[in-house]
Amino acid sequence: MHADPAGVLTGAHFLDGDHAACEGALAAECRFVAGYPITPSTEVVERIAQRFPLVGGVFIQMEDELASSIAIAGAVWGGKRAMTVTSGPGFSLMMEHVGFAVMTETPCVFINVQRGGPSTGLPTLPAQADMMQARWGSHGDYEIIALSPNSPQECFDLTFKAFNLAEQYRVPVLVMMDECVGHMMERVVIPRAEELEIYPRRWTKAAPGEYLPFAPGEDLVPAMARAGQGYRFHMTGLTHNERGYPDMSVAAQARLVARLTDKIRKNADALQDVVEDGVDGADVVVVCYGITSRVALPAIEACRASGLKVGWLRLRTVWPFPERLIRDLASGLRAFVVPELNMGQIVREVERCAGAARVVGVPHAGGTVHDPAVIERAIREAVR
Amino acid sequence: MAQTQIRIGGFGGQGVILSGIIIGRAAAIHAGLNATLVQSFGPEARGSSSSAELIVSSEPIWYPYVKHLDMLVVLSQDAYNKFSPALRPRGLLVTEADLVKPEPPIPGARHFVVPATRLAEELGRKIVLNIISVGFFGAVSQLMPLEAIERAVKESVPPGTLDLNLKAFRKGWEAGEQALKQAPAMA
Repeated sequence: MHADPAGVLTGAHFLDGDHAACEGALAAECRFVAGYPITPSTEVVERIAQRFPLVGGVFIQMEDELASSIAIAGAVWGGKRAMTVTSGPGFSLMMEHVGFAVMTETPCVFINVQRGGPSTGLPTLPAQADMMQARWGSHGDYEIIALSPNSPQECFDLTFKAFNLAEQYRVPVLVMMDECVGHMMERVVIPRAEELEIYPRRWTKAAPGEYLPFAPGEDLVPAMARAGQGYRFHMTGLTHNERGYPDMSVAAQARLVARLTDKIRKNADALQDVVEDGVDGADVVVVCYGITSRVALPAIEACRASGLKVGWLRLRTVWPFPERLIRDLASGLRAFVVPELNMGQIVREVERCAGAARVVGVPHAGGTVHDPAVIERAIREAVR
Repeated sequence: MAQTQIRIGGFGGQGVILSGIIIGRAAAIHAGLNATLVQSFGPEARGSSSSAELIVSSEPIWYPYVKHLDMLVVLSQDAYNKFSPALRPRGLLVTEADLVKPEPPIPGARHFVVPATRLAEELGRKIVLNIISVGFFGAVSQLMPLEAIERAVKESVPPGTLDLNLKAFRKGWEAGEQALKQAPAMA
């Protein structure tokens, strides 16, 4: 199914990442956004407030982040594609409803334009310190998908992709931008609508009365029902059976939680989205994501210029983490170097999969990006 | 073309960010180059310091911030004091005639003075000072053809102000060309 041309601003534009993310959502046929504006994500909803009404979409500035993150669930069950937009302090408040969306298998998108924390931290300055919160911030056991754009172009591309993944797997998908990418302006090329493939909502073929809202298909994902078409069913954050009614038995919990995690874990290879350069035959691979993946490149090039074999492995999808890929690479490597704008988050995942290879983190508390010279030193140190 | 690192500085309300956006858009959309712009501004809407950092290159741009300036345009004294020490030797410096006293001077800089306030007053609207400066910078920097920047001006200014802004742009460009002619040794 091609995208609705009404929402696709085809052409070459000079946009910041925040605005590009808005256009990605529009192109993906998102027509409902509820949000509570917060720096550095405010420009996303500013543009949404202007653009959405032009295509029949709705933006509601809510009273807070709790309301924003649950309003989108209502919109989704009402038939819309929906998202909310925030930054660290708001993301913390939304955690309850990330879990609710997981439990009720509500396909929706959360954009987090990361800034320095903890607490209100550095409103106008970048960080990548919510990466573990994205994975584990809500209570209970679950899996989500998290994407990490490194340019305004990718803020468009990956926000668009996030909606498709949300529909395909019926999970919340988190677009983990950062202040630098969000406020940076570059050329953003938006394709024609017929070049944008939409993953349609998985509507049930069962008749009302026969529909089981949480009976999974072969790929473990259940189908949804159109609101107002006579389907009556129960939905709850409590552990539930295939009919959607609470069933707090050990067996129901085992069945449900296993399915919610397996529908992502068993598709980890299909979900893997990385960009590689010079990884084959490398002695060191720099594992990076988001803005830091760009800042690492001058460091890698400087090392290569002096004869070191350094690979660049950029994670566009951070969660699920590409475990198998890292394990496969580890056997032929001397070291991984993991620069990130936090005090050590994704580096732990790399350590878990690195086998005998050395793992060198390059932490940074945020507020700006790494000095490439610091990453260069870490690479040289790692092969010494 | 190697990377060119540019900063445009002034105070909030002068339109320095818009100036950076116009030059970035001209490069990235109309001149076949890559451009990355990041902006910084104080919390106030007007009066605080404001600057746009712009990298223009024929190659991909990875590191997004400017480090050593190849070109600096300043429309306020604050911006001059703050940013001029980062200008490379023989870097291009454009200062506004009435708002900036270029002291201490930057030895070796290719220094041009744009009478943007005066030219804007001739057009009857002081607010176009930034677009005059964009035109002037476009001519003296020789980064891109006039048409590329002019198209970006058209796409960037509010509707209803187009004629005024295009006049301002041309006026700035002509002043820049004049200045370039009068300083052949520097060009």
